Amino acid sequence: MAHTASTLEVDSTDVKFYVEDDGHGHGEGEHGHASDGGTMLGFWIYLMSDCLIFACLFATHAVLGRNYAAGPSPADLFDLKLILVSTFMLLLSSITYGFAMLEMDKDRVKPTLVWLAVTFFFGGCFLGLELYEFSHLFHEGATPQRSAFLSSFFTLVGTHGLHVTFGMIWMIVLGVQVWQRGLIPDNKRRLMCLSMFWHFLDVVWIGVFSFVYLMGVLQ
Amino acid sequence: MRAYDATGHRRLLTAALVLLIPFLGGCDMVVMQPSGDIAVQQANLILISTILMLLIIVPVMALTIYFAWKYRASNKGADYAPDWDHSARLEIVIWSAPLAIIIVLGTITWISTHKLDPYRPLDRIDAARSIPAGIKPLTVEVVALDWKWLFIYPDYGVATINELAAPVDVPISFKITASSVMNSFYVPALAGQVYAMTGMETKLHAVINREGEYEGFSANYSGHGFSHMRFAFHGLSQEKFDGWVAKVRAEGATLGRREYLEIERPSQRDPVRHFGSVDAQLYTAILNMCVDPAKMCMGEMMHIDMKGGAGVESHGNKERLEYDNRYQGPLTVPGMLHGAGAGAKAGPKDPHAGHEMHGDDAHSHGAH
Amino acid sequence: MDFTQLIFGRLTLDAFPVHEPILVATFLVVLLGGGAVLGAVTYYKLWGYLWREWFTSIDHKKIGVMYIVLAIIMLLRGFADALMMRLQQAMASGGGEGYLNSHHYDQIFTAHGVIMIFFVAMPLVTGLINLVVPLQIGARDVAFPFLNNFSFWMTAAGAVLVMISLFVGEFAQTGWLAYPPLSGVDYSPGVGVDYYIWALQVAGVGTLLSGINLVVTIVKMRCPGMTLMKMPVFVWTALCTNILIVAIFPVLTATLALLSLDRYVGTNFFTNDLGGNPMMYVNLIWIWGHPEVYVLILPAFGVFSEVVSTFSGKRLFGYTSMVYATLVITILSYIVWLHHFFTMGAGASVNSFFGITTMIISIPTGAKLFNWLFTMYRGRIRFDVPMLWTVGFMITFVIGGMTGVLLAVPPADFVLHNSLFLVAHFHNVIIGGVVFGMFAGIYYWFPKAFGFRLDPFWGKVSFWGWLIGFYLAFMPLYALGLMGVTRRLSQFEDTSLYWYFVVAGIGSLFVLGGILAFIMQVYVSIRDRERLRDTTGDPWDGRTLEWSTSSPPPVYNFAFTPMVHDLDAWWDMKSRGYKRPLEGFQPIHMPKNTGTGIILAGLSVVLAFALIWHIWWLVIVSAVATAAVAIWHTFDYNRDFYIPADEVTQAEDERTRSLAGGSV
Repeated sequence: MAHTASTLEVDSTDVKFYVEDDGHGHGEGEHGHASDGGTMLGFWIYLMSDCLIFACLFATHAVLGRNYAAGPSPADLFDLKLILVSTFMLLLSSITYGFAMLEMDKDRVKPTLVWLAVTFFFGGCFLGLELYEFSHLFHEGATPQRSAFLSSFFTLVGTHGLHVTFGMIWMIVLGVQVWQRGLIPDNKRRLMCLSMFWHFLDVVWIGVFSFVYLMGVLQ
Repeated sequence: MRAYDATGHRRLLTAALVLLIPFLGGCDMVVMQPSGDIAVQQANLILISTILMLLIIVPVMALTIYFAWKYRASNKGADYAPDWDHSARLEIVIWSAPLAIIIVLGTITWISTHKLDPYRPLDRIDAARSIPAGIKPLTVEVVALDWKWLFIYPDYGVATINELAAPVDVPISFKITASSVMNSFYVPALAGQVYAMTGMETKLHAVINREGEYEGFSANYSGHGFSHMRFAFHGLSQEKFDGWVAKVRAEGATLGRREYLEIERPSQRDPVRHFGSVDAQLYTAILNMCVDPAKMCMGEMMHIDMKGGAGVESHGNKERLEYDNRYQGPLTVPGMLHGAGAGAKAGPKDPHAGHEMHGDDAHSHGAH
Repeated sequence: MDFTQLIFGRLTLDAFPVHEPILVATFLVVLLGGGAVLGAVTYYKLWGYLWREWFTSIDHKKIGVMYIVLAIIMLLRGFADALMMRLQQAMASGGGEGYLNSHHYDQIFTAHGVIMIFFVAMPLVTGLINLVVPLQIGARDVAFPFLNNFSFWMTAAGAVLVMISLFVGEFAQTGWLAYPPLSGVDYSPGVGVDYYIWALQVAGVGTLLSGINLVVTIVKMRCPGMTLMKMPVFVWTALCTNILIVAIFPVLTATLALLSLDRYVGTNFFTNDLGGNPMMYVNLIWIWGHPEVYVLILPAFGVFSEVVSTFSGKRLFGYTSMVYATLVITILSYIVWLHHFFTMGAGASVNSFFGITTMIISIPTGAKLFNWLFTMYRGRIRFDVPMLWTVGFMITFVIGGMTGVLLAVPPADFVLHNSLFLVAHFHNVIIGGVVFGMFAGIYYWFPKAFGFRLDPFWGKVSFWGWLIGFYLAFMPLYALGLMGVTRRLSQFEDTSLYWYFVVAGIGSLFVLGGILAFIMQVYVSIRDRERLRDTTGDPWDGRTLEWSTSSPPPVYNFAFTPMVHDLDAWWDMKSRGYKRPLEGFQPIHMPKNTGTGIILAGLSVVLAFALIWHIWWLVIVSAVATAAVAIWHTFDYNRDFYIPADEVTQAEDERTRSLAGGSV
């Protein structure tokens, strides 16, 4: 017998070839484990792939961001004060989501839901400000069709905004589910996924704020 | 590292390749038997790389067949070592043998890629001759249109559609652009291809060493008329070339902006056409996407963008920059048909044309 | 606004090609064939069975089989396109125009490329991985069984969209990667590019999710004892492939999304004017596109590794270097994309860099070949059909590898780029590598999936058809490439090319024979299934865990989760006198079937169709419906059940009896 060196058992008589006590065969929805590693890992990988979509959009903006097509530039268009306010809205929403998670860990349904509602509110403020900014830009004729710079700007910022919208819809759905069923393991797992998603959007926004707005205006 | 330049070697290597794939022997392999020095060097490179790789490919193929035959299950006489799965010595060989070949091939690649960079002006006529002093390269401006080729000879003030000519043993400097979608300018007998892209200029330096009529075409699919996007390339003696230019000049019509805008519209199987006089600004205007004088030139746009854009009160610029939708209506520009009749006059109206966007800008645009 | 336009968008009666005899005939064939199949399903009252046991199944084995069936169906379509191209080129090069105008021909080569890559090669790879990987790692299912079902149906939905384009409207006429500005709305105003975009976007969702799913499955669900360096090579290649999928498909999604914004909204990402940059599309699409070919070839490498070791009756030579070679290829595949457009005018240093990185990939690939070679060395090689494919692959693939490295030398690429030489090269590696690998894998694992082997005679006919056909079809193309013939031509002026195209056409007929023989093989095998029955679960004297369970495996795969001590786990178990447990079975926790996947995918087809034809009200309705079904699905918490211990015992007892009967 020439097995690889790592084979410990040489004697064949009492080597175990199977696990005797097991009933679980798949990763999704394993009862009794709130921190189901499979789902968390899967969701994390999904976020990384989402991150790559944003990376493409950032790269596109890096290539096209100064092609104004003899039109307006960031300095002409962006109101940094407004953007700063909306940035704080989003950052605050991340903090309040953190509070919701702390309450979740204590298995307190109502405070969890309250903090989720606060998060939803701040997310809504952020979105509202973004829509206001967009409508302002449209009003000035700075539409996505105007130049490659504006195409990539609206697409990058808009994709982030769509993600926030999606996160808010998810928040409503999850709020209903927590309210219906309480903080059962499935719901805790979902809350943790949404938490990762929400913080991820925060991180992306920091990138948008620095690279698109700040550096855009500074150039 | 210049072994692959030698003609003798090449013949030998061609023979080897021909032996390897017998049925290739009889045909007209223009890529392997070209008539221009650049293409000859590229063919040599193909041969030398192939031979290098065959050093490892042939043993692998032979061993595959040999092992498959020798260790067939019915051959009970052969060794059988079911647990043998490792040999440090063999592993070193199987990693280092391809590595060695790739090191050699990589070196050849680095050198030849720089030497045969299409942007690099020639330093020789062929393997034996360097460029004679005082010889002026022929410049040809190439425009890929839907679906035909426009060649402008700025040195002679003439232009042709679907016909290209050049004197033998004179370096040719091609400047290449396109009017709508991407094409690839390729004359296999002369040199490798380079893409033709709208609003950008690519370059190709080449020389033809033998008189003859060669085929040129677009090597990048560009739409329905693509199959017929071919032209003849004539390698002519200097005398005959001068005669050809005189003929084009004598019989040809005028190519101004107005004529260009007509020609530019999609068409297929266009016959050869000659133009005895060409608007001197035309090529630059094509490159800057502003043959229509109502349009803003790319160069001007880039200039404005570099200075930080034109502010929010610049709505008019959008229409002046729209280009891709130009076939969707009739030519909309009033005055166009009057003003552009004499194409040369349109030039001064458009002070930015021809200055802002040099070929090198386009090149760097392309490289990044 | 016009009322009909409000209802139907830009869909008019002109969109139906009733005046195109070829398409009408095809449509009738599809109608009759499809009608016959649907009628038979109805007549034999199979709808309920199909719905319960297959369409809504979350069993990875069944999903794997459905992927492969989808791939084979789409192979017929993609190959019909290939035959039409061969015929057209042969006719046109003999003088004359051929029978296809460029409007048709250009759709055909575009559809051929798209279908073969996205709807044949990809489902074959994903299907085989789905079928085999959980069994090889001793798991009972994948990490996210519902997602798996959903992923399959999204892939199928993409295929459906491509098929719809055949009869309603048109497909893209841009080449399979749809370079702008040609694919922009100004130069391709029709619906073809929109079909292209949405088919790939819909299928892309499935591919990405399945990639995530399989990565998590391999990382998290390996049975005890199976460390990373004890994973079978096929699992390693599956892991690398799915990591690549997760790393590249978002790029495709983003790129196509930008193209669709250009087309739908009028943005200027890839336009010539207003600051757009078409070259960026070319870069982005190849950042996806080059790793994509490794997504396809790596699992094929994995199959060959399994096959060569099993049929040589020998441990795989150089397992460790095989694993590292796979990893190196995975990483390097990300930094070679520019070799697809050396002719764009980047500087010599940039071109050399990408040329050399490309060549470096041939080093680990070469090492792999040597490893297979030395696995055969001092083996006892049984030439069953999978081994034939493997030897055919080893001979054929090195030629493709060689021409590939040749194309990576930039000055050589300047003369060979976009030529038929290039076409011959990538068919050489995709047919000689991926297709051969997938056929080897199908033959190898078919008895595992169905409990009976495939008929070897027709398998051999199929192999020789493909092998001879490949050489006849593509060697002339290499020659034509060296004669300066470029790709995607439908018309020729030079009639001296005629005989080359005729030989290539004959080659494609041999391949057709290979495909028909494969279908014949499946039919004969089902007919003679008793003769070909595998009662042992281990028909090839296999080495890995999938052969330790019955053929077909029970829904739970393993009554007890296996414990692994060696790379060749099952070989190890067999050689150490492993005794199958006969009692002590426990209830097994399994996921429930669900119809949500197929419903969501169906709604996605409607949504995509509405987007393609600008039927805005339907876009809104189907988008809302899709979201509603997805949300509704999350309210279902009751997604799993226990298989009672009795049932497990019953199934295992049956296996005991069949083993006893089969060992006679």
